[in-house]
Amino acid sequence: MENKNVLVIGGGIAGMEAARRLLQLGCEPVIVEQSDHLGGHVAGWHKLFPDMMSAPELVEQMAAGLDGVTVYYRTRVANMNRLGSGYSVMLSNGMSLQCGAVLISTGFRLFDASKKEEYGYGVYDHVVTNSDLEAWFGGAPDDRIPDSPARVAFVHCVGSRDLKAGNPQCSKVCCMTAIKQAIEMKEKFPSAEVWCFYMDLRLFGKKYEDFYIAAQRDHGIHFVRGRVSEVSEDIHGHVVLKAEDTLAGTPVKLNADLLVLMAGMLCNDDTQGLARMVHADVDSDGFMRSRDNIYRINESNRPGIFFAGACTGTKTVPETVAEARAAALDIYNYLNGRD
Amino acid sequence: MIYQGKQKIWSDYQKELPSDGWFYVRSCIRQSFFPGSEKYFLEICRDLLGHDIYESPHHTTCGGIAYHSDTIPQETAMTIVARQFALMTEAGYKNLVTSCITSFGNYTEILETWREYPELEARIRENLWKATRREFEKPEYLAHASDLVHKFRAEIGERAVHRLVDVRTGEPLRIVEHIGCHYSKMFPHKGIGGAEYPCVLSGMVESWGGEVIDYPERRHCCGFGFRQYLVKANRGYSVSNTHKKFESMEPYHPDAIITNCPGCPYFLDRWQYVISEQTGKTYGRGGYGIPVLTYEELAGLVLGYDPWDLGLQLHQVAVEPLLDKMGVDYDPDAKYLGLNKKDILRPGLPTVLKCC
Repeated sequence: MENKNVLVIGGGIAGMEAARRLLQLGCEPVIVEQSDHLGGHVAGWHKLFPDMMSAPELVEQMAAGLDGVTVYYRTRVANMNRLGSGYSVMLSNGMSLQCGAVLISTGFRLFDASKKEEYGYGVYDHVVTNSDLEAWFGGAPDDRIPDSPARVAFVHCVGSRDLKAGNPQCSKVCCMTAIKQAIEMKEKFPSAEVWCFYMDLRLFGKKYEDFYIAAQRDHGIHFVRGRVSEVSEDIHGHVVLKAEDTLAGTPVKLNADLLVLMAGMLCNDDTQGLARMVHADVDSDGFMRSRDNIYRINESNRPGIFFAGACTGTKTVPETVAEARAAALDIYNYLNGRD
Repeated sequence: MIYQGKQKIWSDYQKELPSDGWFYVRSCIRQSFFPGSEKYFLEICRDLLGHDIYESPHHTTCGGIAYHSDTIPQETAMTIVARQFALMTEAGYKNLVTSCITSFGNYTEILETWREYPELEARIRENLWKATRREFEKPEYLAHASDLVHKFRAEIGERAVHRLVDVRTGEPLRIVEHIGCHYSKMFPHKGIGGAEYPCVLSGMVESWGGEVIDYPERRHCCGFGFRQYLVKANRGYSVSNTHKKFESMEPYHPDAIITNCPGCPYFLDRWQYVISEQTGKTYGRGGYGIPVLTYEELAGLVLGYDPWDLGLQLHQVAVEPLLDKMGVDYDPDAKYLGLNKKDILRPGLPTVLKCC
């Protein structure tokens, strides 16, 4: 390898796992992370389906494999230019790097649920997102979540598969996350009624269907196929949902003590800027465009620029980890002159 | 309820509007339902506040009521609207303000349709030329009259004789605001505050000292809904929608309802009588109903105009409880005196709903 330095942009689980594997392969990865911690969204999550693995423990486990990897926190890539067979990179902290390859693992951002104004996030007292609830499961206080809710409602596909919200793609993980969180709420509050309002249930992964069956059979969670049209608040501070039950063919009105919005996944705000900087392509959904979506999903159209994780589209955690490992191997082969 | 959350949304739906240079077009039904409202829009905004608002005697209905009732095709409504634009152009005005919410929705929809399909606009121009030999410019700004009263709300507040405060307790009056469906539900960015939390009326209420009630069925239709009422067999839907709203707002004990649509105040007002006859239930205190006012009528009361000059005697629900709370002086004996003190006769009284 002429230049063993690999710049990893983004220190979420994709960047961490790729860096760990690159280190094992004899490369010298450098992680540039814009926040003050590693692990991205997963670091703020509580438990991961389907095994209910602790998310912070997973991040901790991954971080343990990064001894010897340089990590720059609160840092962004300021500029990047092709130099010889590699890239010359200027960071926002003033450091400069010469890299043989670059891995983009910038992940995603959550849809801002307040943009679906009809659901009242940020307006009504007891409306939270999947991310808020997960932080609460992890111990963060949240005044919006009542001490003993009698009824909890989940709305799937908030800002996903939604042309009006400008986000037509499926976020892939929300159906399972909603079921997981619904079960967790039922376990915390056994006497509470829990309702899920969904468009479709996309339960494609290992054990996902088991979760869905258990949610109904063992936990008595109600599933209503129909989108919620509007949410309001009554005089007691309950949220009032209106929806259509499309299977029963009837309108539904439900009072709940807590409403959880399953905010979808979007491309990061800086995807366009980063793509311009490295002359990579952006896909029609706003995510980075892979060379193809079947065989070369880790590769960009530029030599030495690779992708891993949700920067190219919505991914589950296992998919992200697998992609990160594949990207590490692709980069290793690239640096060694192999296709 | 997190008020700051609403404010954040309102900041995304503000409307730039000039203060002057407006060509005013009336509603085809409001002068029958609430005859003082349009007169007092001009009286307040043009004559009292001094803004340039012009009205042509040659203007007509916009055709929206027929379009939404499925009795004329949209091209016909477009040609009628094109003629209104021609009158505006001929009068030397560039901005159009409508009295009616459905007109506002109709004009907005037509302008948006022409933007999407310019060939349709060209055809309508040709239709208008063939029929009337008129040409037109499209308005630079389109507003609903409530947009302008919202814009001038502080000017009105400065001149307030009565505020929306209960003079006996000093507490703000609790006001339900009801926005006509065609104001911003079709085009959220055309309405002040958007579609979900419009602030065009709540902004007036707050400026004039009142407290706005947000209740679960706030967004629900008033009950008019065009076909719900216009098709006689559907009128049960009309009443049941209105009933649903009153049941929902009842726990908040509203002192009044303010609206910005021709149909809404009519149905929210008249159906209270029907509901009381059908169910024996009234929603105000002491057997009264909840007074339903247009924004012009409410602005008129705030500014100290005589309630009978504003036409409040033509409401089904008695407005006197509201007048008493606001401290408005009125002559009960003059309630049914019309122009030149002519006795316009007293209506029959309902069996349940208390009227003064």
